Amino acid sequence: MHASFVRSPYSHAKILKINISEALKLDGVEAVLTGEDVIKWSEPFVVGVKQPMEHWCLGVKKVRYVGEPVAIVIARDRYIAEDATELVNVEYDLLPPVMNIESSIKSNAPILHEKVKSNIVSERNFNYGNVEKAFSLANNIVEIDVEYPRNSCTPIECFNVISEYSDENKSYNVLSNFQGPMALHPVMAMALKIPGNKLRLRAPQNSGGSFGVKQAVFYYIVSISLASKKVGRPVKWVEDRLEHLIAATSATGRKSKISAAITKDGLLLGLKIIQYDDCGAYLRAPEPASLYRMHGNLSGAYSVKNISLKNYVVLTNKTPSGLNRGFGGPQLYFGLERLMHKISKVLNKPHLQIIKTNLLPQNSFPYKTPSGGILDSGNYQKAIQKAEKDGGLEELEKRRRGKRKVGKLYGIGFAAVVEPSISNMGYISTVLSHEERLKAGPKNGAYACATVSIDPLGSISVTIDSLPQGQGHQTVVQQLVASVFSIDPKNITVSSDLDTHKDGWSIAAGNYSSRFGGAVAGTVYLAAQKLFLKLKTIAAKNMNINVEDVIFQNDLVFSKNNPDNKITFSRLAGSSHWSPDTIPDAMAPPLRETLYWTMPQHKAPNEKDEINSSGSYGFIFDYCGVEIDQNTGKVIIDKYVTTHDAGTLLHPEIVNGQIQGAFAQAVGASLYEEFKYADNGEFLSGTFADYLVPTANEIPEACILHISTPSPFTPLGSKGVGEGNSMSTPVCIANAISDAIEQDKITLPMTPPKLWGLISKKEDLPKNLNLEITDEKKKISVELYQNYTNKKFWKYIKNKLRNIV
Amino acid sequence: MENKTIKININGKDFEENINSNLLLIDFIREKIKLTGSHIGCDTSQCGSCMVLYNDICLKSCSVLAIQMDGAKITTIEGISDGDNLHPMQESFRECHGLQCGFCTPGMIISAIALIKEKPTPSEKDIREHLEGNLCRCTGYENIVKSISAGAEKMKG
Repeated sequence: MHASFVRSPYSHAKILKINISEALKLDGVEAVLTGEDVIKWSEPFVVGVKQPMEHWCLGVKKVRYVGEPVAIVIARDRYIAEDATELVNVEYDLLPPVMNIESSIKSNAPILHEKVKSNIVSERNFNYGNVEKAFSLANNIVEIDVEYPRNSCTPIECFNVISEYSDENKSYNVLSNFQGPMALHPVMAMALKIPGNKLRLRAPQNSGGSFGVKQAVFYYIVSISLASKKVGRPVKWVEDRLEHLIAATSATGRKSKISAAITKDGLLLGLKIIQYDDCGAYLRAPEPASLYRMHGNLSGAYSVKNISLKNYVVLTNKTPSGLNRGFGGPQLYFGLERLMHKISKVLNKPHLQIIKTNLLPQNSFPYKTPSGGILDSGNYQKAIQKAEKDGGLEELEKRRRGKRKVGKLYGIGFAAVVEPSISNMGYISTVLSHEERLKAGPKNGAYACATVSIDPLGSISVTIDSLPQGQGHQTVVQQLVASVFSIDPKNITVSSDLDTHKDGWSIAAGNYSSRFGGAVAGTVYLAAQKLFLKLKTIAAKNMNINVEDVIFQNDLVFSKNNPDNKITFSRLAGSSHWSPDTIPDAMAPPLRETLYWTMPQHKAPNEKDEINSSGSYGFIFDYCGVEIDQNTGKVIIDKYVTTHDAGTLLHPEIVNGQIQGAFAQAVGASLYEEFKYADNGEFLSGTFADYLVPTANEIPEACILHISTPSPFTPLGSKGVGEGNSMSTPVCIANAISDAIEQDKITLPMTPPKLWGLISKKEDLPKNLNLEITDEKKKISVELYQNYTNKKFWKYIKNKLRNIV
Repeated sequence: MENKTIKININGKDFEENINSNLLLIDFIREKIKLTGSHIGCDTSQCGSCMVLYNDICLKSCSVLAIQMDGAKITTIEGISDGDNLHPMQESFRECHGLQCGFCTPGMIISAIALIKEKPTPSEKDIREHLEGNLCRCTGYENIVKSISAGAEKMKG
């Protein structure tokens, strides 16, 4: 059967009545799932903070964002299901919405969750070092207020769920393009009121992009599972683009204020940071993780010791937030790196000089940050030196002088960013007080799991738990394992699909926090090594030689001292299967190795609220030159240089593919993309004609440079690299724009109209342009937007097409 | 809902199907003919994942009704290769790392083949402008543009 969702057209309303009788009359409609079923068969999702909030898998009694599902029509095919959603009649009683952080935190604001009594659902203060003393010693105090918009990496393939309920076992069998973290498996099972083993979750080998976003499909796995229970048959749901843009998920919007105590040379003595995260209408797991993922690397690439931090989690009548490439990084660094730029302007010193003054010195690694992060390795000075020289900074500065001479608006921006990877899953508990954490029990670390096995014909199968969506994990693992056994990579197959009933996994499994390079590839390597040593021992016994004399080379195994004493790799594998007698006892079972790996550096947050929130920390230094078209306000990226230190590079071509890809998405976030809402809560970005994703014409080639300081903490010395430019590029471009137009208040996305507004003068406006906003004009624009967010609009178009035919 | 029987040639094979008049071409191809290489990414003709060739012109099959295609000749991604051998454009995408997740790739390749038919030696600018109707979220386009340049050369044989 096929499912289609009935969604709220309102951002904040009470549900008075749902009438499904007309929908049920349509031929082919089997049933309609509503809040009544949901209350009966499920529980609200667990929430990461101790607050009486209820988030069910359908809106129950109330809706809190446009697009929130209120019912599911289950029908013979998708066309019928969609037609029937129009026949479900929902009566609403409208409530005033809160559409931004500022209005949400006002004392008289409408409340989203009445039992909480406030829209601020978490408030935490942190103090590291002695901030007040630092501020008292300062020569100067520089402050900056910034905002980061809500956006998403919008994979081209949307969400998919097939769920089958078994009445006999009271269990659900689900196939979905879920990407992890598998920490959400217990969240789903608890919502379905079943033990974990009654939720068999399978994710396919391939999926059409995710970038964190497909984490949020977990919310729909629960409702589609209930839909299957309702009709007693498997139910399939394929999300469409309109649904995805309106209601799938979003990066958090953030409002930050940072004050810096500095010396006359621009050395940071202390930072006071205040952050408000807009998590949307519900705090959906793993949120408020966006606010805490960067906790250990709060001070970025800098040696500042004294930091105070106030974190607020704020709810608004928008789609709940969730994972999105960079997760917390774009938001943090937008504030920190805009601040460094502002300090340079205040002191009238070059921006790069201010960065260099504050960088962590060489040889200071592993470095413990004030907030508890352990930066494993790096050489920030060397990376910057390489970027300056190989990227041609001097040339670029010359170009800026030339452009400015002829009256052009041209600017250069910089950003230095620490890129965390391999999340310590315990970091999320930093949102709780130490006392609350003691009660809940410590949370830290998390296992990666890999299995390597050899079949009787000598080909190798590897299973990994990283659920990739196009990052080439299979290719990297294939080459890695081939090099361990010295066999042809073609003889190695890598499975990256996951079946919770059959595969090795733990809560950390999945594709997020750039954990592949450091954790997953490393775990595969350790498993392969272990298996290799076993095989070597078996070979030594077979060939009657010492273990240290066994050589594996080009699909052959032979003796170092007598190359004629040899056996093919496949023969050795076969005999290990067929002749258990030949295997030394300690080697059994000889041909399969499953290994779990975690980092000892991953500790739970301590009583001082210190947390090493990630396992490994890379470094990125970016700079760019941009020109602003004075007639249109368009930003032209003239040159972009990005220098990475991701430790050991496992596969340079794939790494560069990740960098260029993240860069492109970040250009979109910087210049075009935003989930926009009208003040009345209407959603304004429901298609790719409204939510503007860059095309091939908007993305220049980034100049990508590398240095390598291997991590001492990961098995291969490698670090994550997939998210870095999501963190560095938006603020680098913003700094360049700020440099070009000599203005401070840069908000993303810097669209042409917004920028034109900043650079144009009144006399630039056409003389007889009527800019007065009349009620009539307002009405027309609201109607237009309403139609866009309404499925009726598309229905109308389809009918139009039909009439033409 | 009105039904109609249509005749359509897909990848050189004739099909005759009785369908609902509101069935979109992409759903006809994926659900009726079971050729799932063409994908749905946006439903509103912006992303190009659903592109097929209609008389050598690229067509976004999510925005056309199947009954409009009665009598048409369509080529999908499954129909461009010759037996077991990849089409030179597909080879190029593989060699130049022109894809990551692969979801937009069928549309990209169909789009590229249509471009090369029109302009056998496209410049980088030609390629980028032609790709305006094909969205990719993974690659940042750089390697796609390189793949198409290399594919154009390969197609000359």
